[in-house]
Amino acid sequence: MSTTAVTAPLSGGRRFSDRFGDRALFGLTAGASFATVVLIALIIYQIVHGAVPAMSKYGLGFLVHDTWNGSTIFGGGATIFGTLVTSAGALLIAAPLGIAIGLYLSQLTSARTAAVIGPLVELLAAVPSVIVGLWGIVVLEPIMRSTIEPALHNVLGFIPLFGAASSSGAGIFTGIVILAIMALPIIAAITRDLFLTVPSELKDGALALGSTRWEMVRGVVLASMRPGIASACILGAARALGEAIAVLQVVGYVFQAHPNLFDNGVTLASVMANDATSNNTTLETASVFYLGVILLVIELLVNLGAQAIVRHYRLPSVTGGAAQTEPRRTVDVGAAATAIDVDM
Amino acid sequence: MATFDYSGPLTPSGNLRRRRVVDRVMRGGATAAAFIAVAILLIFIYSIVQRGASAISLSFLTHNPLETFSLSANVPLGGVGNAIIGSALIVAVGAVMAVPIGVLIALFLTEFATPRLAGPVRLALDLLYGLPSIVIALFLYGLLVVGHGQAGFYASLALSMIMVPLIARTTGESLQLVPKELRDASHALGISRWRTTVGLTIPSAFGGIVTGTVLAVARAAGETAPVLLLSSLADPTTTSASVFGQPLNNLPLDIYNFSVAGGASNFAKAWGAALVLVTFVLVANFAARALHARSRRMMSR
Repeated sequence: MSTTAVTAPLSGGRRFSDRFGDRALFGLTAGASFATVVLIALIIYQIVHGAVPAMSKYGLGFLVHDTWNGSTIFGGGATIFGTLVTSAGALLIAAPLGIAIGLYLSQLTSARTAAVIGPLVELLAAVPSVIVGLWGIVVLEPIMRSTIEPALHNVLGFIPLFGAASSSGAGIFTGIVILAIMALPIIAAITRDLFLTVPSELKDGALALGSTRWEMVRGVVLASMRPGIASACILGAARALGEAIAVLQVVGYVFQAHPNLFDNGVTLASVMANDATSNNTTLETASVFYLGVILLVIELLVNLGAQAIVRHYRLPSVTGGAAQTEPRRTVDVGAAATAIDVDM
Repeated sequence: MATFDYSGPLTPSGNLRRRRVVDRVMRGGATAAAFIAVAILLIFIYSIVQRGASAISLSFLTHNPLETFSLSANVPLGGVGNAIIGSALIVAVGAVMAVPIGVLIALFLTEFATPRLAGPVRLALDLLYGLPSIVIALFLYGLLVVGHGQAGFYASLALSMIMVPLIARTTGESLQLVPKELRDASHALGISRWRTTVGLTIPSAFGGIVTGTVLAVARAAGETAPVLLLSSLADPTTTSASVFGQPLNNLPLDIYNFSVAGGASNFAKAWGAALVLVTFVLVANFAARALHARSRRMMSR
């Protein structure tokens, strides 16, 4: 503190309250900050700890076995399968749409239109997942059952993915659509913020050389932001991987890995939500925690992966509107999903 | 238009025509994608309002469900009175815990931390934000509920863990907007660092803190996984005024239970509860947006 040097000869040192206050404030803020680090460690420990009985009984075989008997035999194979299939399917739908929305909002429309459309897209992320799931049950499932699934089966039925339509409308495919709707605004908001950081000199240069706007977008915007797009998609997938409630509402409850997308299934998160409180035996509780360990590992890898991409390529921060007024930082896209909540 | 100016009767042909067609198709596709997203939002809102409005009445908002919830029961009576109170209590207690912690973390990251110290804290915040709420819920379930029973307070804890990263980030962003000259002037006057922080920096960033809190509350109010694991086994017919000792019925839980129970009257109640919840969430989001714009305006003045 430079102030100390000035006041020291006059007052004989800083007042006690100032010294104490500075220390206390530092201590409080540092304490709260490092409590979050401890909390992450505690979460990992507690979930692994809870899974120990199931881990010692089933070992790694848990990862491939399908049976989830409800009282005696537990295996996570079907849930892992369901999680990967629903998330991959959701990403297949949401990534192109989300990137297209990001392009539209940042490159293809006026700032005035983007200021209306952008917040509406972000509001989509604010709809609580349980309400999306309710909409899935009441509105989407009948349409799936009566129209979309039979149509897909008729046209693409020779592929095993599009088997016989489900009788209820619930199933993996309905889960995919719901998850795509939930991942879409995340990918759109992050890519939009990324694309806004492309220097206009580059874009103007491409246009001046006679490229069409799409050629400019493909050659300059998309090409320069490829790693950022990847991390945006990863973060969208992370949202889909961890969604429990909406999936539980529409995906059904059948422990079997099967190719037909229209059949019922389960995901890691949906079984965790459904079985944690309904359990009776310690083994079932431990098995639910084992699913938690798997989901935790996937989520940590995915989040760290997205951050590693951002750090490796030194992407600009896309934490939202504030990013334009503050100096550019090189990290932080990892939490860029908060931009949806923050940058409004 | 991006292409060069044609003077004379020339019309695009061959390769140029193909490029312009591709350009138009791609731009049309991107525009369509944006309108698909907006259309989905409007369909959501339309579904909720259309189906929820008929369920909403004064008695629906103030009365409890009339009998203990069961999957087969198709009880046409009752409302979401205790769920509204329960949600308000759980979220409020969570926010009371999350706001000071979030603000302290933001202060640490912007005012005190060296890059070396900030690194692990930022990483932990990002990971905490990225964790699915079901994992946070399962963590507290294993730590507190197994062998002891649920409590509304445990759900508050889970929601506060969801809110902290959001509040810390919004607050941090508005702290960074506080001009450095203000702090320098305060220091030059011989004012100690904590007095500068408490008397100058925090008030200047107050708008950001409120924005972050409102958004975090809106997010937390709709979280279902934590309440399902930590505060779901409540007696739905009674209203309790304390988050401690017993689980509380709440809105996301009601929507979830009514929706999986099925049946016309249960769906009607689910839509009614959804309309209450979504109205709160959307109003909070619009309020946060207005606050955000206002505080940014005042900052940049």
